[in-house]
Amino acid sequence: MRYMLLLYSAENAGPEQGSPEQAAEMKEWFAYTEAMRTAGAFLAGDPLHGIETATTITAHDGNVISTDGPFAETKEILGGYYMVDVENLDQATEWAEKCPIARYGSVEVRPIMEMG
Amino acid sequence: MSRSRVAEVFANEWPVLVATLTRDLGDLSLAEESAQDAFTEAAARWGPDTTPTKPGAWLLTTARRKAIDTIRRGRRFNDRLPALLQLAETPQPEPAKLIDDQLALIFGCCHPSLNHEARIALTLRQVCGLSTNQIGEAFLVPTATMAKRLVRAKKKIRAAGVPFKVPEPAQLADRVDDVLAIIYLIFTEGHTSSDGANLLRGDLCDEARWLASVLIDLLVGHGAQPGPSADLSDLEHDAIAGRAETMGLYALMSFTDSRRSTRTNSSGDLVLLDDQDRSQWDRQLIADGQSMLASAMTLGHVGPYQLQAAIAGIHAQSQDWSCTDWLTIVELYDNLEKLAPSPVVSLNRAAAVAMAEEPSVGLALIDELVESGELDDYRYLHAGRADLLRRLGRHDEATTAYRRAIECSSNDAELAFLRQRITEISRSNIPSQR
Repeated sequence: MRYMLLLYSAENAGPEQGSPEQAAEMKEWFAYTEAMRTAGAFLAGDPLHGIETATTITAHDGNVISTDGPFAETKEILGGYYMVDVENLDQATEWAEKCPIARYGSVEVRPIMEMG
Repeated sequence: MSRSRVAEVFANEWPVLVATLTRDLGDLSLAEESAQDAFTEAAARWGPDTTPTKPGAWLLTTARRKAIDTIRRGRRFNDRLPALLQLAETPQPEPAKLIDDQLALIFGCCHPSLNHEARIALTLRQVCGLSTNQIGEAFLVPTATMAKRLVRAKKKIRAAGVPFKVPEPAQLADRVDDVLAIIYLIFTEGHTSSDGANLLRGDLCDEARWLASVLIDLLVGHGAQPGPSADLSDLEHDAIAGRAETMGLYALMSFTDSRRSTRTNSSGDLVLLDDQDRSQWDRQLIADGQSMLASAMTLGHVGPYQLQAAIAGIHAQSQDWSCTDWLTIVELYDNLEKLAPSPVVSLNRAAAVAMAEEPSVGLALIDELVESGELDDYRYLHAGRADLLRRLGRHDEATTAYRRAIECSSNDAELAFLRQRITEISRSNIPSQR
């Protein structure tokens, strides 16, 4: 089954930019992604630029509105994602547990709706 | 076959049937539906002279045929059909397989990705075989609401790929804990409902004890199969610990349930442990609890449920409230606080200390809890504090604390009891104030 792991954290959570802790965490992210590939679970995964780069579009009733910023003001920000292919929810949540962001943010595990 | 005989077979065969079908069909709803169809047919067809020699095998064959019919009528699960057609003519699975299927069903229904209400409802429906209507009644929820809850849970199980499998050895102990928490929630719902007029809904207590006994047997059966490693690894220790705690929970529920008939009087009012008629306690349940706790202790993995059972066991064996071995109870609470610290454990320990030493010592401990603010809405905190204040003759403060407990309770029997205490205090106050 395919699952999305949606990675959320508060804007200033996690190690500070440019700190040795951040360098250490980067290594962890690489190792984590590599482990996912080795296990054959990795389908896709990327970090996202911050919410200050977001543009939100609505086109209700043909009325297109573009807004500078995220869809909703929230404490927890979507900062990246992984798409994995595993056997069941237990295996998906096991990857979620191991994700570095789970220590200070959260990982939402969502099954992908298969349209075939 | 009489109606009650059908009911008996139903109770014994239901979880086995649903468990096997869940594996065969890979879908909980279809398994449940097919099992239900097979039982309906059994109820209609079985008579005194037409009882199958192996009701389990008969039910399974019938249920598999019903499932095939259902799949042929609809479009879903078509991919399962070839395998199922083969299965329809094969006998019941091996005993070892049946054990794992049933464990898988229990662990699936109590999966941590589902909310507690869903886990409780699923367990009662799929494992205990209670009808949606019965579960709704037991939880004082309209049948339609309970049905929605079950549908939502089954939808998530299907869409999110919640596995119905025996957990990996590394997860087994944690997952057993999850199951035990659900069994205990079912029991406490039966024992003390926090809402409504009935303090006791004993059927849920019976279901909970039955579930625990089934889980003990299944875990023993599961562990009895030769594992991949011959020596006792950490993981196997975890598995034994899980079994010991299941036995501890069974003992705890047996001791608690032995007092069922004495918890309320004939007019439905609450009777506290110290005032209960101990001659009416169910000796058979107490003996059950004692032998189960003794077996659990021989496994050498003491855990929170075993400690709570040991405390309940001391009460069950004591002649009366005053000659209870409070020192040992405090000691057991000390251990419980170390293993599973929680404000509720601290509160119960404080109450035991008040008995072992002085009410004032217990009160000081409760006041610390009050200051922490953690149990501010917990009725037993205020009721316990009120009781100690009353015993110390601090009547005004006791009345205030009882009022606070009343604000936190919605159980009619408990409310009546708390109001009664306030009335008693105000009567005893009149002479003492003048």
